[in-house]
Amino acid sequence: MRIPLSWLREYVDLPATETGRDVQAKLISAGLEVETVEHLGADLKGPLVVGQVLTIEELEGFKKPIRFCTVDVGRANGTGEPQEIVCGARNFAVGDKVVVVLPGATLPGGFSISARKTYGKTSHGMICSSDELGMGDDGTHGIIVLPPETEVGKDAIELLELVDEVLDIAVTANRGDCLSIRGVARETAIAYGLPLRDPALLDVPGPNAFGYPVKVSDPAGCDRFTARTVTGLSPEARSPIWLKRRLQKVGMRPISLAVDVTNYVMMELGQPLHAYDRNLVQGAIGVRRAEEGEKIVTLDGVERKLHAEDLVITDDRGPIGLAGVMGGADTEIADHGDTENATSDVVIEAAHFDQVSVARTARRHKLSSEASRRFERGVDPQAASAAAQRTVDLLVLLAGGTAEAGVTEVVAPAAPRTITVPADHPDKVAGVTYGRETVVRRLQEVGCDVYGQDDLIVTVPSWRPDLTDPNDLAEEVIRLEGYENLPSTLPKPPAGRGLTARQRLHRRVGRALAGAGYVEALNYPFVSEQVFDQLGLEADDPARRVVKLVNPLSDEEPALRTALLPGLLGALRRNDGRGSHDLALFETGLVFQPREEQRIAANLSVERRPGQDDIAALDAALPHQPRHVAVVLTGAREQAGWWGKGRPADWADAVEAARTVAREAGAELGVRKGQYGPWHPGRCAELTITVDGAERVIGHAGELHPRVLKALGLPVRSCAMELDLDALEQVGDDTPQAPGISTFPVATQDVALVVDAFVPASDVEAALREGAGELLESIRLFDVYENAEQLGEGRKSLAYALRFRASDRTLTVDEASAARESAVTLAGDRTGAVLRG
Amino acid sequence: MSAPNKSYDPVEVETLKPEEIERMRDEALAAFAAADSLDALQEAKVAHTGGTSPLALANREIGALPPHAKADAGKRVGQARGAVSKGLAARQAELEAERDARVLVEEAVDVTLPYDRVPAGARHPLTTLSERIEDVFVAMGYEVAEGPQVEAEWFNFDALNIGPDHPARGEADTFFVEGPRGGTESGVVLRTHTSPVQIRSLLDRELPVYVICPGRVYRTDELDATHTPVFHQVELLAVDEGLTMADLKGTLDHMVQSLFGAEMKTRLRPNFFPFTEPSAEMDMLCYVCKGASVGNPDRPCRTCSSEGWIELGGCGMVNPRVLTACGVDPEKYSGFAFGFGIERMLMFRHNVEDMRDMVEGDVRFTRPFGMEI
Repeated sequence: MRIPLSWLREYVDLPATETGRDVQAKLISAGLEVETVEHLGADLKGPLVVGQVLTIEELEGFKKPIRFCTVDVGRANGTGEPQEIVCGARNFAVGDKVVVVLPGATLPGGFSISARKTYGKTSHGMICSSDELGMGDDGTHGIIVLPPETEVGKDAIELLELVDEVLDIAVTANRGDCLSIRGVARETAIAYGLPLRDPALLDVPGPNAFGYPVKVSDPAGCDRFTARTVTGLSPEARSPIWLKRRLQKVGMRPISLAVDVTNYVMMELGQPLHAYDRNLVQGAIGVRRAEEGEKIVTLDGVERKLHAEDLVITDDRGPIGLAGVMGGADTEIADHGDTENATSDVVIEAAHFDQVSVARTARRHKLSSEASRRFERGVDPQAASAAAQRTVDLLVLLAGGTAEAGVTEVVAPAAPRTITVPADHPDKVAGVTYGRETVVRRLQEVGCDVYGQDDLIVTVPSWRPDLTDPNDLAEEVIRLEGYENLPSTLPKPPAGRGLTARQRLHRRVGRALAGAGYVEALNYPFVSEQVFDQLGLEADDPARRVVKLVNPLSDEEPALRTALLPGLLGALRRNDGRGSHDLALFETGLVFQPREEQRIAANLSVERRPGQDDIAALDAALPHQPRHVAVVLTGAREQAGWWGKGRPADWADAVEAARTVAREAGAELGVRKGQYGPWHPGRCAELTITVDGAERVIGHAGELHPRVLKALGLPVRSCAMELDLDALEQVGDDTPQAPGISTFPVATQDVALVVDAFVPASDVEAALREGAGELLESIRLFDVYENAEQLGEGRKSLAYALRFRASDRTLTVDEASAARESAVTLAGDRTGAVLRG
Repeated sequence: MSAPNKSYDPVEVETLKPEEIERMRDEALAAFAAADSLDALQEAKVAHTGGTSPLALANREIGALPPHAKADAGKRVGQARGAVSKGLAARQAELEAERDARVLVEEAVDVTLPYDRVPAGARHPLTTLSERIEDVFVAMGYEVAEGPQVEAEWFNFDALNIGPDHPARGEADTFFVEGPRGGTESGVVLRTHTSPVQIRSLLDRELPVYVICPGRVYRTDELDATHTPVFHQVELLAVDEGLTMADLKGTLDHMVQSLFGAEMKTRLRPNFFPFTEPSAEMDMLCYVCKGASVGNPDRPCRTCSSEGWIELGGCGMVNPRVLTACGVDPEKYSGFAFGFGIERMLMFRHNVEDMRDMVEGDVRFTRPFGMEI
């Protein structure tokens, strides 16, 4: 809401020295978010005067029509001689009154005016448009033509009220009253401790039977409807400069007198108004819900199909307006300029519509208007008749109309709203002792009637529908006493338990991966469904079942991720494209998996705690959202340098990343040969855990499939790992047990075993480990060797270092050898391994 | 070797004469001193202490002496051998020290060589800043609460006193999730704030509740320098008997002091949120200029645009209606809550100029932040 300071001063006698910045500070402290203070005409300097065009000479031979004019500016130019001015505009004629800026002046934007040669003439100043004067849109797209009665030579800066300050306030959703000068003036008066001249305090004639007939069939939707009639509007009447200027300053475009007046009164009092051309309304005005199938063409020229919940204004033919949102085209008052058909008689509507009904209709028809914005946030129902009166007065005054004596008021009876609140409630909310007296005084300042001692019975003012609960009243007291005066105290929470095991794991995983050289990337979860084709997923892969958005940011990416890889690979590609070619990235985050059968989440009551079943039903309507961890690698894992050669990232790094995560989780991770969509079929590890004796695949790691890399535009040999971190956490143990440390000497034995190339090393190692028995302290594979000549085709040699140690004695060579032999024997039985000769 | 001296005449054993033994000793010591390398010393050692060295031979002659002369000669030879052995060891040590000094010099390296064999990794600053904030509150006794990101509207809106027709609901720029069979009604959204976690905490936990709720949230803003549709919030909720707005203010002050320094403070300005009443906007003192830039054009402050204060987020006393929806008796309990965006704090705390840098995953942006901030 834009508030011109000059307008505000009409209702509050602010000290003359108060600037816009001063008022801003006061209002911010009182709770209005004054975002900016615009200083209109700050750099404007005269002479800027009213002139009358005496002669116009059309200059020929230029690309555009140019006029050479003489203009009478009175004594403003010091000589009284006509001022010679070259002008490119054409919307004026000899005899018109215009605004002339004379040499020596400065226009907004620091534009200095001096006599200058142009189009073969010397122009001694300029005839001004509203744009050039920083006045905002006046709808003319040309120079300003002033009313004929304007006095020549008069200072136009004052005439056009060009110097002013405008406060721009972001009004919160609860303060509909502050979408008006009246409401902001009330807050200003309270903030300064000054009296308010309430513009809604008008003498209003009581309702009678001669007013325009109105029938309200839905008093819940419309609890108040005032109708007044003004006849005999002069077709020539125009909005006066002051009215236009105020509308421009609040950000509205002047249109025609009748429209301008209704807008003006809405801005002044916050009451949306509508003016109907009485000669176009047929029969009584009605207010009812729309019937299914009814249609209306609104003022914006759009035909709208009505919904049975839409509240409409009707005449005998049907709907003539969307109540509280926008009027209909059929009864629109005619634009002046067409004096033949100009509206001469109008019916003024000042009504109060239900907040929720207006909000729904506005949302349903995607039609937000100045009126609907106000009704949604709350309009003072008691101001309707005053607003109607104000409109009538202005039309009589400015358009030469006659107010008809008939006054229609349809009012649904409603008791004033009261709230009972303990007098010390604000004290308890704030943690400050204000005392009863202060509480009562502050509530009275905002317009409440207050009775009672320990328990206050507070009647809230009609313009504050947002005050409904004791805490609302507490807020009024606390904000007016000043949030800045609140003390600073600390509560004493009970002793906390620190982070949960799961939260600590998430941190540890991040640290471990970063420690291993991975850089964290946090990617958006939005994906396209095509990405699953690019990743080479089978048609029936469960990862293709996605949660989709109704209103995605991009139609290309309407789904939520079921895996981290698409986003993470995107980050990899982005980095690669920006010249970083050796990359290791990681991400942990939620993925979204739809339920087998999707259900709609119900809207539960907020009057009481929902039952456990209700909460469970809500949760069951949500997708599964497990946390995953993923890494991607490309380029060099170790750089080449003065120390020697580098090493490219490979499948083993990806698998090791999974093991790193599993170690942090204290979980046993199975790694075996696998095959899955995005991965190279020969270089893909399947990652497993065992839950209650059952093995479960929780992810994959390895080198990516060349076809996938090509489809996604990624560097060759890029590698990746992704696993379900929640699943891993579930089998993890974050309290590792200390091993017994034997101080007896170690006995080391190496073995080289030859097996078929397809035998997994993990099987051989498992057999050795089991066969060696409990004397085995550790086992390490230190070499893998393939040589067809020495080992035979399709064979490989695996060399292990076995370390034996006993807890209670030094092992003899015989004991160590025996253990080694039984290890080799079991490996032979299980995997066909033979000792390399 | 000579034949045994049957006549026991010491004079006849030439090598055991005192002058002769001294000469042997001195020759040995001279040879050691002359050795200029460990190899040369080794040769001198063999020549003067070995089995065929003059002193070794002399030692054997002692047996040929008459008993009365044995002790005397033995002592002389022994002393000489001792001196030789000591001299050898000394020279040995000397030469070894020389060799070591030389070798260590030869082994010297250029310690300024760069080493980026495996470049360091890093965690994302949004993660680590969030953790930093969590830790401030965990130290005070709060617990960290988490919840789903795809959330039921009841948790995201209704329970927070944002009813179906509340203007704030329309303004929330919400992503809606498709319903069954592609319908538009699902009752499910991408959470627009972490406040639903507060509701879940009130439903799940025993009172009093003191929790901090960090996490990802979603709004339908296009990505640009100052907006991102996916961002991170930290919210706090405290519900206990007798909590006041002064407690809220004190908690905020403590937070900014922990994160930005002891002299920091916050400022509350009235505002409106459906889930709190009274509500406030919270600002923190600009940690760079401490307000000194206000009205001081000579010392402009980029961090706060010379406003002196930095806008942090929203806060207030938990609306009793919210407590009621969670089954908490508002007559007995009161609470406060606040929330703010991590992105914004990262921007002003670490001079990030463009929001896009936080979402694109460029390693050049993230690496300097390391493991913790």
